[in-house]
Amino acid sequence: MQRLRRTMMFVPGNNPGMMADAHIYGPDSIMLDLEDSVTMAEKDAARLLVHNALKTIDYGNTEMVVRINPLNTPYGKKDVEAVVKAGVHVIRMPKTETAEEVVELEKEIIKVETELGCVGRTQIMAAIESTLGALNAYAIATASKRMMGIALGAEDYCANLKAQRTTGDSPFFGMELQMARQCIVTAARAAGIDALDTVFSNLNDMDTFRREVEMIKAMGFDGKSIINPRQIEVVNEIFAPKEKEIEKAKTILAAIKEAEKRGSGVIAVNGNVVIRAQRTIDLAIASGIMTKEDLA
Amino acid sequence: MNSIKDRAAMIAEAAKKMNKAVYNDAAVKKDPTPRFELQRKCNKVVTLEEAIKKSGLKDGMTISFHHHFRGGDKVINMVVAKLAEMGFKNLTLASSSLIDVHEPLIEHIKNGVITQLHTSGLRGALATEVSHGLMEKPVVFRSHGSRGYAIKSGELHIDVAFLGASSCDPLGNAAGFSTSENAKSICGSLGYALPDAKYADKTVILTDDLVDYPNQHNAISEADVDYVVVVDSVGDSSKISSGAIRDTKNPRDILLAKQAAKVVMNSGYFENGFSLQTGSGGASLAVTKYLRQGMLDKGIKASFALGGITSHMVKLHQEGLIGRLIDVQSFDKVAAESLMNDPLHKGVSANEYAAMLEPGAATHFLDVVILSALEVDVNFNVNVLVGSDGIIRGAIGGHPDTAADSALSVIVCPLLRGRIPCVVDEVTTLITPGSNVDVVVTEYGIAVNPNRPEIKERLEAAGLKIVDIHDLAAKARSIIGDPAPLPFGDKVVGVVLNRDGSVQDVIKNIVG
Amino acid sequence: MEIKTAMAGTLESGDIFIQIAPNDNAGLHIDLESTVAYQFGDQIKKVITETLQGLGIDQAEVKATDKGALDCTIRARVTAAAVRATGKDVWAD
Repeated sequence: MQRLRRTMMFVPGNNPGMMADAHIYGPDSIMLDLEDSVTMAEKDAARLLVHNALKTIDYGNTEMVVRINPLNTPYGKKDVEAVVKAGVHVIRMPKTETAEEVVELEKEIIKVETELGCVGRTQIMAAIESTLGALNAYAIATASKRMMGIALGAEDYCANLKAQRTTGDSPFFGMELQMARQCIVTAARAAGIDALDTVFSNLNDMDTFRREVEMIKAMGFDGKSIINPRQIEVVNEIFAPKEKEIEKAKTILAAIKEAEKRGSGVIAVNGNVVIRAQRTIDLAIASGIMTKEDLA
Repeated sequence: MNSIKDRAAMIAEAAKKMNKAVYNDAAVKKDPTPRFELQRKCNKVVTLEEAIKKSGLKDGMTISFHHHFRGGDKVINMVVAKLAEMGFKNLTLASSSLIDVHEPLIEHIKNGVITQLHTSGLRGALATEVSHGLMEKPVVFRSHGSRGYAIKSGELHIDVAFLGASSCDPLGNAAGFSTSENAKSICGSLGYALPDAKYADKTVILTDDLVDYPNQHNAISEADVDYVVVVDSVGDSSKISSGAIRDTKNPRDILLAKQAAKVVMNSGYFENGFSLQTGSGGASLAVTKYLRQGMLDKGIKASFALGGITSHMVKLHQEGLIGRLIDVQSFDKVAAESLMNDPLHKGVSANEYAAMLEPGAATHFLDVVILSALEVDVNFNVNVLVGSDGIIRGAIGGHPDTAADSALSVIVCPLLRGRIPCVVDEVTTLITPGSNVDVVVTEYGIAVNPNRPEIKERLEAAGLKIVDIHDLAAKARSIIGDPAPLPFGDKVVGVVLNRDGSVQDVIKNIVG
Repeated sequence: MEIKTAMAGTLESGDIFIQIAPNDNAGLHIDLESTVAYQFGDQIKKVITETLQGLGIDQAEVKATDKGALDCTIRARVTAAAVRATGKDVWAD
């Protein structure tokens, strides 16, 4: 089963209370943050906290991601060392603008992995938070074999775009991010990796949150970055496939199985359709709508 | 020849035979005072000191109180301070519960004014001191249903009850709210005070709003009241919902509440006409919110909700989702006001609420109860009284009563509170026996008592993941490590009574 | 090892606040205040001691205010305080 990334929950890297049980809410991925949520004076302490938490806490099947500080700050390289040594699944690089930055991060990762004897273990995702980054999205997405996804960081992107964030009551809601979102999702698909949308931070406006999730799902995103456990249920509900989709997916997968059984080399459906059908089934299982046994 | 004068001899003879006096009309003198003035002059209205003197209270006797104002209670401290000032010693204090605000009792205990406590719970500094061996005699802990019945049966004899009321007329008709314009406080139901009022030798009402007769609708009747004392304040109503009762924003509590709601909805008891109770604690209170959606979705209505009534319950009642509210204790101001204004929101005594031997006690007809816990052990035993550090920090409340009587009891508690494990091998103190506990909901999984295989089956069929409670205890240990044994001494500082009156457990003092 | 006064951590639930200062006497002296002192006091002191010794610090005055932190958090906070006290990081520069 392909890993689902419907929800990537942000957890401040200097808050041990929140880090201890973030997985109980069932996000697909947890992103421990060493960057924006940690003050300069606490960067060292947060790094140690994240390192020890990753090494010790049993997060079950949750994918563990750490957002490091940019490599051009005094913190970035130490962050890489600390989290790779702790066995992080994915390093999220903030404010990525060019493919070269990904290559540079990969070099740092390899340095540490070589020391540990586990070269290739750590995946990379890049957050695109500027107009240059958006235009370079495909180059970034294909800059390394370790790339597993690209994500939008809307606040910095908007500042860079010289646009204001729109709110739910605006007739132009979401317009300012339209281009970036399409760049990211298109680049991710072209590169064969995941696309994740930006956070929605007004926890009191669940209606607009719901609308935004519906919109990014319609656009083709794999999931959403979230900041609170309350948002998980909404995203999962929206990403749960409808009965019709599941039936269609089952038919496609059954046809392929049948073709394989008969040894027929020719499959009447193209590869993308198969991938989508498989994803529909994965989502249905993850949403509790069906079980693996139902497939048989 | 048949005037009354002619019958005088026969009257006298009849009186003699019946051992009665002969009526003397000359002794009767009608009071011409307008009755509106007269009721105000009722000689039941006295000062606190007079009430104490007239009550006949003596050293060594038992006094009682209710805790309906919770953290805002002013009556206990006020009365005990007066008793201390008047030189009383060696009194037994029986309150429906004691909380942080009753810290001044420590001094009165040290000075010998109070030498024994009967209560449902203890919190704060008083609880800590008691745990360290403050008192010679152990504290006697009872559930609410058990306390009510012990008072009724005479097992717990009350000499003088001092009961705070938000309104009272000069004759003693008292309520937990006031409809007058001088209303100063409101606590809603006076359920825990009713056995005291009825069975105490003397009952003193303290009120901060003396209203004109007749005070309707009253919880306590003038027939049970001997004295009425007017005071500045009986309690701070804003503090009723502090402490254990709070509306949660904590994501873990919300997670627990949602899971518990799913358990209830798939338990087999979620049918039209079911009855419901939620205990204190953020998560168990929040369950109501999530059950509401399920009730709306499935078109299910509850016949009644019971117990500590909260604003959530009132909301469901007003929406028509719950037919009646049976209220032994109003958990917040909204509930207290609803009790005052809504005839379908009924106040009941502790006995009508939860006494084991009271045939009509509402708990006997309760389908589902959601309760919290300090600790649950692998045998489903629950502790809600003593912390995992051995210090008393809670209250029995109606926990064992409702768990025992309900068709389905659901315990909602986190696996861990910080580094404190809540699912353990053996509870520190046994409050609710595991035989009465059906389901335990934690953030790491739901466990079902092996006694209830049908519930497990139904929950699994609904797609809920059921885990073995031993695995939960092991999970807790794997996260926090093995706690060191607690430094208990050899002194018994508390005795826990079962609701049938038997001794169920003892609490030892903690050293250091 | 030469150390100066330093601190790390917070007083929030699930965290531990560590203050390290030079000690005139030999050995580690740990002053612990904890919400779970009865059950975990010895364990917390053990983790503090092992972490400091692992970093080569065997003489210091440590004041720890614990709010129910897990061992991994205690290790992280003690290490952070030690790094700040010695100026010697555990990661490559």
